[in-house]
Amino acid sequence: MSFLLNEEQRQLSDSAREFLNAQSPIGLQRRLRDARAPLGYEPTLWRQVVELGWPAAVFPEEDGGLAVGYAGLGAVFEAMGRTLAALPLLSSVVLCGEVLLAAGDSAQRQRWLPGLIEGSERLALALDEQGRHDPARLKTRARRSAGGWVLDGEKWFVIDGIGAPWLIVAARLTDAQGAGAREDEGEGLGLFMVDSAQPGVSVLPTRLADSRNHARVMLSGVEVAEAMRLGASSDAAGALDAALDRARACLAAEALGLLREAFSRTADYLKERVQFDVPIGSFQALQHRMARLYTELEMLQSCVGAALSAIDAGDPALPLLASLAKARAADLCEKVTNEAVQLHGGIGVTDEFDLGLIVKRARVLQQCLGDAMFHRDRYARLKGF
Amino acid sequence: MQDIDTFRSETRAWLEANCPPAMRQPITQDEMVWGGSQVRFGSQDQRLWFERMQARGWFAPGWPAEFGGGGLGPKQARIVEEEMQRLGCRPPQFNLGVWMLGPVLLELGTEEQKREHLLPMMQGRARWCQGFSEPNAGSDLASLKTSARLDERGDFIVNGSKIWTSYGDASDWMYALVRTDPAARKQEGISFVLIDMKTPGITVKPIELISGKSSFCEVFFDEVRVPARQLVGPLHGGWTVAKKLLQHERAAMSKFSEGAAPSHDALAVARPYLFGEDGALKEPLWRDRLAALLMDAHAFSLTHQRVKEEGMARLDISGPASIMKLVQTEQEVAKYELLMQLMGQRGLSWEGEEFSRDEHDIGRLWLLAKTYTIAGGSSEVQLNIIAKRVLGLPG
Repeated sequence: MSFLLNEEQRQLSDSAREFLNAQSPIGLQRRLRDARAPLGYEPTLWRQVVELGWPAAVFPEEDGGLAVGYAGLGAVFEAMGRTLAALPLLSSVVLCGEVLLAAGDSAQRQRWLPGLIEGSERLALALDEQGRHDPARLKTRARRSAGGWVLDGEKWFVIDGIGAPWLIVAARLTDAQGAGAREDEGEGLGLFMVDSAQPGVSVLPTRLADSRNHARVMLSGVEVAEAMRLGASSDAAGALDAALDRARACLAAEALGLLREAFSRTADYLKERVQFDVPIGSFQALQHRMARLYTELEMLQSCVGAALSAIDAGDPALPLLASLAKARAADLCEKVTNEAVQLHGGIGVTDEFDLGLIVKRARVLQQCLGDAMFHRDRYARLKGF
Repeated sequence: MQDIDTFRSETRAWLEANCPPAMRQPITQDEMVWGGSQVRFGSQDQRLWFERMQARGWFAPGWPAEFGGGGLGPKQARIVEEEMQRLGCRPPQFNLGVWMLGPVLLELGTEEQKREHLLPMMQGRARWCQGFSEPNAGSDLASLKTSARLDERGDFIVNGSKIWTSYGDASDWMYALVRTDPAARKQEGISFVLIDMKTPGITVKPIELISGKSSFCEVFFDEVRVPARQLVGPLHGGWTVAKKLLQHERAAMSKFSEGAAPSHDALAVARPYLFGEDGALKEPLWRDRLAALLMDAHAFSLTHQRVKEEGMARLDISGPASIMKLVQTEQEVAKYELLMQLMGQRGLSWEGEEFSRDEHDIGRLWLLAKTYTIAGGSSEVQLNIIAKRVLGLPG
């Protein structure tokens, strides 16, 4: 394991920070919100990002990627967190790209991966069904039919689902009579490529606090050919887990960037804001709260770095490290932003001030792909208790 | 480069041949070999390892050979340390003299002081203790009152007392801060002196803690004569000397923790109390709390690793390094608190055979752990340091 970036990764990190500062400052996020932009991101910005090659970063060279690894891509996510940049990088590239890479056969990979890397295709993963992330308990069914499968169910909180031409839908497999599905086991999981324009599929926008692209997907008698099933002959549940853990590490990296931003804005404010004739940052009660948050953020940085480097090293401890990083990130998304608001005082709760945008995004990050309780439970299970 | 590689392989070969396998196992508190006139070896291997490293000068590989060191350049000295770490070799001698005072004497000491003190500490004949804290000078160290007045011969006459002196009763010498100018501003009237613990007028009294016997002592000085030649640095300039010395503290402390046998494995201790005879969780809430505790410890060990790696790569680690003492000690405290509560009243066992070893140990360590967040810069002082030096908050 290494916590240090190599030359290539450092360059990617620097260029991401520079690019996003210039092209996607927090103000852009506010404009997208006020315009109620249905995509939740700026398509021209996404095209620029594709040209910069970020979507290619983590894919192997034989699949058209750059093989810079997750340590590099994680630094991009951290930079996105800093400026609240919205891009379909997690949804399309990390989640769907990794599912395709791990579960797709070579024809399926060739069909979608190059387009995904070049930005001509965009995919979204339809997984969650309830308020709390719980990938082991799915109600969506895939019933055997003569030509393949019929999907029925309802998906919620599909990241960047609006405007995605293709969905990867996770469902429980049943026989033609509808028997055989178990809700609580990894076995019998099917992953399907679904054209979002096909009959029986409806994709509806849902608006969450962060004003980004979250979709609700209804599947009613959706017919899918066998050729559209991913991982028919491989371990679909394992592929999904691997993709989820990569995405969790990236979300934790995004959270780290966002929280560092909230923290440094708060530290600056404490140095400027004068009450009782002194800067309020000179009060020990506030200093100690800041010192504790700093301590937590340093620990988070170590966990994020370890999870990202475990992905690149093919370390079997990845599930443990991904849960460690996501759990800590989730807790801090709550703690750091709450403290940031309180320490800013009244101005912290005004919409005019950007802190509110940070708070709202943080709470979506907290829940996305598992909150702290989910990941502590998973960590305990992995540790055998 | 060639030379360095050769040196590394030779070093490794020598350590392989000379460090007994038992001396490459994680070390516990009672297996530490402290030098000094009261030196005790718990095993033949401990003695062998001590004597071989001493003969090679590798208690301090980078020190000049004339003072008992290895006479190596910084690069080579580092290689010795790296190779010892790689093999998991225990420190052959624990001695605050070598780790804390020695580097200061090499930099600021007179020739006479170097000759008098360096060789004995390097040979493991003199064990050193630290005389800084006083009953009324804890976190506010500069308010110390132990006085040293100059007599007609230029010697110092010391009166007062020191407290929390670790192993004061087993040490041969003390380096101490004393007040030589009561009229000057706090930091400016302090001098740094070396005191022979056998000098008449010194009384040492071990301190019993709420957890039982401890290594801490009180040391009382009643008209104790300290020869003028034992002043290190300028008269009234002791504060600067002490600051220099404390720069070596982090490295010294890491010798205690690196390769140390881990303190209680929380999961292993907790397991029998978590599950009933049917193998089911007795109380699901404990599981979440235990997971949180293990995850905090995991995050800390990753941070430790990161700081080490970044330090080796010469990145600025002053930020993350500043949190280590705070986090580590608070985590130890939290661990014993949780284990105590999990054990219920059994964790409060004090004596008697009807309780397990763990049940006795956890209760004592729960109490001892309270010293961790107080000693060596309390948690509150650590938070001040982070707020002011790292975050640059005003005041």
